[in-house]
Amino acid sequence: MRRHLLSTADLSHDDAVLILDTAEEIARLAARPIKKLPTLRGRTVVNLFFEDSTRTRTSFEVAAKRLSADVINFSAKGSSVSKGESLKDTALTLEAMGADAVVVRHSASGAAYRLANAGWSSSHVVNAGDGTHEHPTQALLDAFTMRRHLGGFDGRRITVVGDVLHSRVARSNVHLLATLGARVTLVAPPTLLPVGVESWPCDVSYDLDAAVPGSDAIMMLRVQRERMNGGFFPTQREYSRRYGLDGQRMAKLPDKAIVMHPGPMVRGMEISAEVADSDRSVIVEQVANGVSVRMAVLYLLLSGSESAIGHDEGQGHGSQQNQQNQNTEPKGAAA
Amino acid sequence: MSTTYLIKNAGVLGGDPQDLLLRDGIIADAGIVGPTPGTVVIDAGGLIALPGLVDLHTHLREPGREDAETVDTGTRAAALGGFTAVHAMANTDPVADTAGVVEQVWRLGREAGHCDVFPVGAVTVGLAGERLAELGAMADSAARVRVFSDDGKCVSDANLMRRALEYVKAFDGVIAQHAQEPRLTEGAQMNEGELSGILGLTGWPAVAEEAIIARDILLAAHTKSRLHVCHVSTAGSVDLIRTAKAKGHPVTAEVTPHHLILTEDLVRSYDPIYKVNPPLRTAADVRALREALADGTIDAVATDHAPHPQEDKDCEWAAAAMGMLGLETALSVVQQTMVDSGLMTWADVADRMSARPAAIGQVDDRHGRPIAIGEPANLVLVDPKAKRTVDRTGLASLSQNTPYQGMELPGAVVATFLRGTATVLDGKLA
Repeated sequence: MRRHLLSTADLSHDDAVLILDTAEEIARLAARPIKKLPTLRGRTVVNLFFEDSTRTRTSFEVAAKRLSADVINFSAKGSSVSKGESLKDTALTLEAMGADAVVVRHSASGAAYRLANAGWSSSHVVNAGDGTHEHPTQALLDAFTMRRHLGGFDGRRITVVGDVLHSRVARSNVHLLATLGARVTLVAPPTLLPVGVESWPCDVSYDLDAAVPGSDAIMMLRVQRERMNGGFFPTQREYSRRYGLDGQRMAKLPDKAIVMHPGPMVRGMEISAEVADSDRSVIVEQVANGVSVRMAVLYLLLSGSESAIGHDEGQGHGSQQNQQNQNTEPKGAAA
Repeated sequence: MSTTYLIKNAGVLGGDPQDLLLRDGIIADAGIVGPTPGTVVIDAGGLIALPGLVDLHTHLREPGREDAETVDTGTRAAALGGFTAVHAMANTDPVADTAGVVEQVWRLGREAGHCDVFPVGAVTVGLAGERLAELGAMADSAARVRVFSDDGKCVSDANLMRRALEYVKAFDGVIAQHAQEPRLTEGAQMNEGELSGILGLTGWPAVAEEAIIARDILLAAHTKSRLHVCHVSTAGSVDLIRTAKAKGHPVTAEVTPHHLILTEDLVRSYDPIYKVNPPLRTAADVRALREALADGTIDAVATDHAPHPQEDKDCEWAAAAMGMLGLETALSVVQQTMVDSGLMTWADVADRMSARPAAIGQVDDRHGRPIAIGEPANLVLVDPKAKRTVDRTGLASLSQNTPYQGMELPGAVVATFLRGTATVLDGKLA
């Protein structure tokens, strides 16, 4: 039984659909006057945030509270906790307090994986964003939003534009949307694409204008301020001209196509205010859907002992593979 | 009066059994030798005798990080691994960039007595890459430094590297370069490739190593001075060195045991025990490194033994220190990857782990010698049939950051002799 949600790469098609369907049911309940469900009464969910993120933290907090869980917000940012053993010590502390689930956001890629697998903690771990690796609940809420608008995933063309290299949202979306049957195209300047992206289950293009007319949904990624001065592209203006979504480009989208953004937006950079506030924009809806999806994830992970999400521990980026690797020669090498 | 040892039936360099009499620090007799009164007889039937191993690349951490390793504990680990000489890297605190520090390390090694310690001097003051350290003073000191390295940092300034190569010609020194173009590896966490993209870890591209090696080969050829390339880790580096050697340029190179056996796939665990610099590479790189070691393109196996305390590894990947232990497992890894695989003979092992590193380090008047009458009695006896499971808690090193925890490796060091004195007997420190 999988105990954690660390990466969308670990989710099978059935797992992903189960989460989305569960979120859909929960969303229907949310329309009632009394939103709270008793499901996780007596369980403790810790929001462990080593990076600032008001939006994601609040979303998880609302989700856990609507399921009647006790919620502890543990913000490590700004406290004496800085790096190194802090993650381990914090995990041991939370373990001692009896946390049932830990929702973790950390600047180090793999931090959630470590928390789940280093033997420091027996809690369920939900990855709320680890470095430039993954942000699985963001991808799930994006997929949830897409499914509502596009009706399904088969053959749908999703274009993800921007700083793919540093984007955990892009990684999680590519894995999940490919699993769900959508066709993903990543669009970015070559400097903002990871090495090896050609092996990802998606298409890659440097040309936004070529990708726009065929897109059922277009997702704009934030360009962080430090990238702007990092030599990845010449100027902000050039980036906006080549890779920003403005009214003119939006006009070339198919009729029912939607515009998405994981937030926070840099208006005028990757997306113009006109587009962000347009009818096609589902950006605010994404936020609302985030609560339903996170409720579904917490519910499936914490309620009962059924195999709720995914397969056995150790799959995907798992440790079994590594054990094997330790004991054998490098692949293909002579013994 | 030191003990006289009669080693019976040792397979010298893996060859036919013969006896070796160790007396007064030298191999006093060989062939078929009868016991004499007062001689300690060691039955070496089934064991292989090699010249004591020489490591060109050891981090002993003293002075400064005695919580990770000391000269004493590190050289215990060395002796248990079959080494009779180690070159202690300069990135201590204070940095080994003066005659005073290298003499201190050298003296600590003499006092510990487990193996010879040859300090490596820093190329630049404080490893800062700005101006040359007093290389001549270190060469002239009691430590007699011949290998200079800013290891851990690359001498990236081309003009400074040129001057260093030129300057050490005055005392036949060698510059051991940590080949890592700094701008291409800012924030680098693992080998750059498909996997780094998936794991979201900043890549350390092969080109960052190869660009420096290519430049340094040209500088070595231009200055006609000796370049040694530390811990070569990529197939492209191997090609560059092979070409340089074919042209007769004065270039040598080393490979670590871990780059001969481990691949980047281990990073999927995000367990920093596999975090090392240069990073673990691909299986294709591993193959190229093995071939290069076998054909002599890579001259030596060097451990890059890098002890770190537990707190520097028991954390998230990005926060962890780079490096892994190597002294106590090096010979076993080489046996598994190179000998048991049929790529090399035990005589080749003696060449790559003793004779050639001794020559590169300019200590080949004392180490890396043939096993013959009249030569210094620096020897190691290896049981190639033994198997052992690595247990990090059983290591002599102060630190436990071995990447081989729980792995079964072939071969065991049964005894090590330093100038005729046993430093290891029956697999334990003597």
